[in-house]
Amino acid sequence: MPETRETTPIRRSLLARTAGGVTRGLRGQTVLKVGLVIVIAFIVMTVVAQMWPSMNGFDPTKYRGAPRLEGPSATHWMGTDQLQRDVFTRVIAGGFASLVVAFSAVALSMIAGSILGWISGYTGGWLDRSLSLFMDAIYSFPSMILAIVLVAMFGSGLSPMIWAVGFVYIPTYFRVTRAESLQVRETTYIEAVKAIGASRTRIVLRHVAPNTVNAIMAVSSFNLADAILTVAALSFLGFGLPPPAPDWGFDIQNGQKYLQSGSWWLITFPGLMIIALSLGFGLIGEGISDLVNPKRRRKLG
Amino acid sequence: MSGLFRYALQRLVLTVPMILILLTVIFLILRVLPGDPVSAMLGGRPVPPEVLQSYRVKMGVDKPIPAQYVTYIGGVFRGDFGSSMRTSTPVLRELFSRFPATIELAIFGLLVAGILGFSTGIIAATRADRPIDHGIRIFHIASFAMPLFWLGLMFQVFFAVKLGWLPVAGRLGGDVAFTFQPVTGFYVLDAIIRWDGRSLADIVLHLILPALTLGVAMTGLLGRMSRASMLEVLGQDYVTTARAKGLRERLVVTRHALRNALIPIITVFGLELAVLMGGAVLTETVFSWPGIASYLMRSINARDYTAIQGSVVFIALFISVINLIVDLLYSVVDPRVRY
Repeated sequence: MPETRETTPIRRSLLARTAGGVTRGLRGQTVLKVGLVIVIAFIVMTVVAQMWPSMNGFDPTKYRGAPRLEGPSATHWMGTDQLQRDVFTRVIAGGFASLVVAFSAVALSMIAGSILGWISGYTGGWLDRSLSLFMDAIYSFPSMILAIVLVAMFGSGLSPMIWAVGFVYIPTYFRVTRAESLQVRETTYIEAVKAIGASRTRIVLRHVAPNTVNAIMAVSSFNLADAILTVAALSFLGFGLPPPAPDWGFDIQNGQKYLQSGSWWLITFPGLMIIALSLGFGLIGEGISDLVNPKRRRKLG
Repeated sequence: MSGLFRYALQRLVLTVPMILILLTVIFLILRVLPGDPVSAMLGGRPVPPEVLQSYRVKMGVDKPIPAQYVTYIGGVFRGDFGSSMRTSTPVLRELFSRFPATIELAIFGLLVAGILGFSTGIIAATRADRPIDHGIRIFHIASFAMPLFWLGLMFQVFFAVKLGWLPVAGRLGGDVAFTFQPVTGFYVLDAIIRWDGRSLADIVLHLILPALTLGVAMTGLLGRMSRASMLEVLGQDYVTTARAKGLRERLVVTRHALRNALIPIITVFGLELAVLMGGAVLTETVFSWPGIASYLMRSINARDYTAIQGSVVFIALFISVINLIVDLLYSVVDPRVRY
């Protein structure tokens, strides 16, 4: 394909470079595209459900004269629960907490973990050793258990979940950015920049940090997929939003009480939503890994 | 062997700061955050101050935080995890009595994950980029994206409620629970020791769904790693040589490639173990499994601080010890590794 070479300004803005990269990178990336479509669809769905909760004539939180604990039918596509609410309406709106907590927590841990990782990897010495020891200790412990203990102590709701999940994922970013910084530190161009007399802050921000962006991107997508599951588990255990609010994890816990009577629809549909959303983030992660890791691009050659 | 011993000792010493860090984090979060364990335990009921104070003294939370910290750390290193604030039984005794249940679940879960993960991973690698490979990879990714507690509940709905083949939850059926006498706490083993076929059948039936839940949820991780590492090994020269000398493909895979493909999988065993223990919490909750994870959940709900701390340290210690053992086993799997 003949390409008209545009006259590139000496320094295109980071945004322009990223946007160009995204459109070019998406060519032929089916996995990445499918993932993006799923995630965007979920975000749109959740936002719409937040703005018009009873758009299909049923309200996710209020009783509307529907039959009690009835299986899927033409009127109630996913059945009704014990409080005569339409499960479909609740499922559509139930991703709010998952999305808010997953995005905020991942952003939190990404910022904290990356900054610590850059500093630790670039500086080295006792600071690096003690930070690494601290992070390894947290990393080796089951993240699910740590998140449960933390959220139980912080209290239930959105912000406790964000802090707890965010804290648990910090070592993930720390390890990735530290490892990359260690490599970058030894390169000749860093030596050159140092020789020019660049300050340490400048070197870390302008030269070390940008080199770790690819790795952070790939890790964060998988991390989001995992965060969705962690949030669902926390809500399932009762640490999420308070009862009337629709929430997948909590609705599954509620459905557990009616499991013996065979009300499978209360559990099945919220769970499928969690899988779909987590899968969406997972596919984005796969796609990005293929893009940034040339070794994995066997078939593109 | 002395090199190995020295390495083991070094690693053991290194786990001390790790445990200490986790312990400190949990301790600080429990103590520094607003809310005091005594009022939490009394459920916010109005209590005369002198009663409150007597509870504080009894539970040792009347002293300043640094003093509490030193007392607690000292206790842990002497093997004293304190007594539960709720039931006043020693935490360590409770943990030890529940430990076999968790281990039994973990072992059988790992067995399921191992069989499913290795076999699918190796099939996918030997048939790379063919339809069966794509199918298996989709299964692996789906296993990653599946909430474990949901999978457990779906199994319950289908196999226990709809079909009625398996019990919904618990470790023992009602009638067996009366007659069965545990020896070690590992019920499968106990039933075999007692030569009690009826109990064994009941125990195994109760174990199937929880083990399957934990196992299937871990399959994705193991399967993906097996596939990747098998693919890498199959591309190496010695495998080509084995093929060139006319060896059957099945033998090439099982006798030549498999052993080397296993090494990277064992290397990340620590990570798998963390996932396994995290999964055990949810599995035990869903299946009312009386292990340490359900003890932790109960302690959390009761705000039983000493029990929470104790459980966390116990789990951390367990993971460190297993990691150490696995590390030492490298030299068995990979003779190139020397300590």
